[in-house]
Amino acid sequence: MLLLQGKGVSKGVINGPIYFFRRPDTNVNKVHAEDLEAEKARLAEAQAKSIEQLERLAEKCREEAGDEAAVLFETHAMFVEDDDYVETIMDTLADEECNVEFAVQQAGEQFAAMFAAMDDAYMQARAADIRDVTTRILNNLMGVIEGGVDSDVPVILAADDLAPSETLQLDKTKILGFVTAGGSGNSHTAILARTMGIPAICALGDALKPELEGRIAYIDGETGKIALDPDEITLTAFEAKLKKQKELKELLQTMKGQKDVTLDGREMMVYCNIGSPEDVAAVLNNDGQGIGLFRSEFLYLRASDYPTEEEQFQAYKAVASAMGGKRVVIRTLDIGADKQVDYFEMKKEENPALGVRAIRICLNRPEVFRTQLRALYRASAYGKVAIMFPMITSVWEVKECKRACAKVMAELDKEGIPYNADTEIGIMIETPASVFVADALAKEVDFFSVGTNDLTQYTLACDRQANDLGKFFDPHHPAVLRALKMATDAAHAAGIWIGICGELGADLSMLETFLAIGIDELSVSPSSVLPLRAQIRKSIAKTCTLEKLES
Amino acid sequence: MKQFEYTIQDPLGIHARPAGMLAKLAKSFGDTVVTLSKDGNTVKASQLMKIMAMGIKNGHTITIAAEGPAEDEAIAAMQKFLEENL
Repeated sequence: MLLLQGKGVSKGVINGPIYFFRRPDTNVNKVHAEDLEAEKARLAEAQAKSIEQLERLAEKCREEAGDEAAVLFETHAMFVEDDDYVETIMDTLADEECNVEFAVQQAGEQFAAMFAAMDDAYMQARAADIRDVTTRILNNLMGVIEGGVDSDVPVILAADDLAPSETLQLDKTKILGFVTAGGSGNSHTAILARTMGIPAICALGDALKPELEGRIAYIDGETGKIALDPDEITLTAFEAKLKKQKELKELLQTMKGQKDVTLDGREMMVYCNIGSPEDVAAVLNNDGQGIGLFRSEFLYLRASDYPTEEEQFQAYKAVASAMGGKRVVIRTLDIGADKQVDYFEMKKEENPALGVRAIRICLNRPEVFRTQLRALYRASAYGKVAIMFPMITSVWEVKECKRACAKVMAELDKEGIPYNADTEIGIMIETPASVFVADALAKEVDFFSVGTNDLTQYTLACDRQANDLGKFFDPHHPAVLRALKMATDAAHAAGIWIGICGELGADLSMLETFLAIGIDELSVSPSSVLPLRAQIRKSIAKTCTLEKLES
Repeated sequence: MKQFEYTIQDPLGIHARPAGMLAKLAKSFGDTVVTLSKDGNTVKASQLMKIMAMGIKNGHTITIAAEGPAEDEAIAAMQKFLEENL
């Protein structure tokens, strides 16, 4: 038996084969090719594979989203075979005697540039389609695996750590759990695992050797233990835990359709955090009462250029309408710090967490902000959208955000585009500054939502990405909890609601403290909704105390 | 050679989807070559990217021509396609 010990960051037990995430090298270099016929044959193979993938996608789309969406992929398939495009590739091959990857990339750039230069917004947007098709052919040429997992059976995905853009591309149906060498409870892999409700273990270090590929592992996301070739005692214990997990899941199903109310009648809004429109299914499956945090970064991280208003609008609209009349809080762009996007061309910062991030980027780049706000307001006509601004430290920032909103609404009025003028506006409370001026901020907005990870980071001066801060990074620290109380008192004095959308919200050991503080909403991973509901329904709000704020 | 003129009715002009369908259709007549012209520019109707690059919008008039053994059949099919889709 081989035992590895890491840090459990998403609960649950599972067994399955270990599969190492392969980080493809997608840099295309020009290389001299001896055998041009062989290059042509590689192109033909990559084209055939691309068309097959696109046809599959079109079919899947037709079943799930209807004809309109499917046509996009069918058009992409036509691009792959287009005479002009292929001819340009062949010409480059013949002229330059180079590798086919280089020729494909050149052709893609050439056609994308041609569309981008056209004086028609629709055609300009097609440049993105050409790039997408080109990337697909290149991926197939270079053996990049779509969905990240090339396996017929679901696997336990192993990696050093996964970047946000990588987690977004994973085929989630093929992943049983995550094990990573680096990372922490706040890393994106951990957040994804909790959203999916599957186990994850991080910080395994060098013990996570590549030789483990294909071995059957038994992982426990609570204890952080991984067993290979388990002995009988370990195996029996594992199976017992697996059985208990299954029973608990069944038990929690009985919580569906129940109200989030304490024994003494205090209601709590239990909402979900999501990172992309695909996560809505998990919200509905787990009976989330709304979405308390929809991170809009996926639109920016997935793209190679600024997402258009239309792309954003479609994504927000999809979530707002799928949730019916339930509240959907969408957070505006929160990149910078640990989430970097190349095309923003941000300067390298010594301290990115204290640098130009989130709302600071938006206020510095009014065009980027305007595009997102227009998409958000347009989506507000299709459900109960609320807009939330991250990383607020000052009242003037909120006023400037509201001015930008008013401007966008005036534009939409003029263009006759429908939107909801009563769309709620809220802010994240995640800096100590916002807590100190919470009374003034509360007068400007409709709600507060506390980002506990960042509030802990900034209050305790602890880098949330750093692995070795361990016990110093403590979201239960009385300073953090007192900050929570101060913000709550300010919110209630102004008659607005306050929620928590950080990971702390799902921490069942803190529920009594949150009830005592008077938190109105908890936004958690979809898989945490039912356990939280079960706990709320056992609680008595009036006997909860603030003792954790002392000491 | 046979040819006809057609004025685009679709509010979006020749966008990606019908352009793709049109190119696919134009390719299906074997040795018969189908072309599309607008304002003196002529491209093969099977050249999807080139057609899109012409930026043909609502109200623009294009000329479709066919030359080869199946020109009658091609002209009839193209006419029908344009009327139904564009």
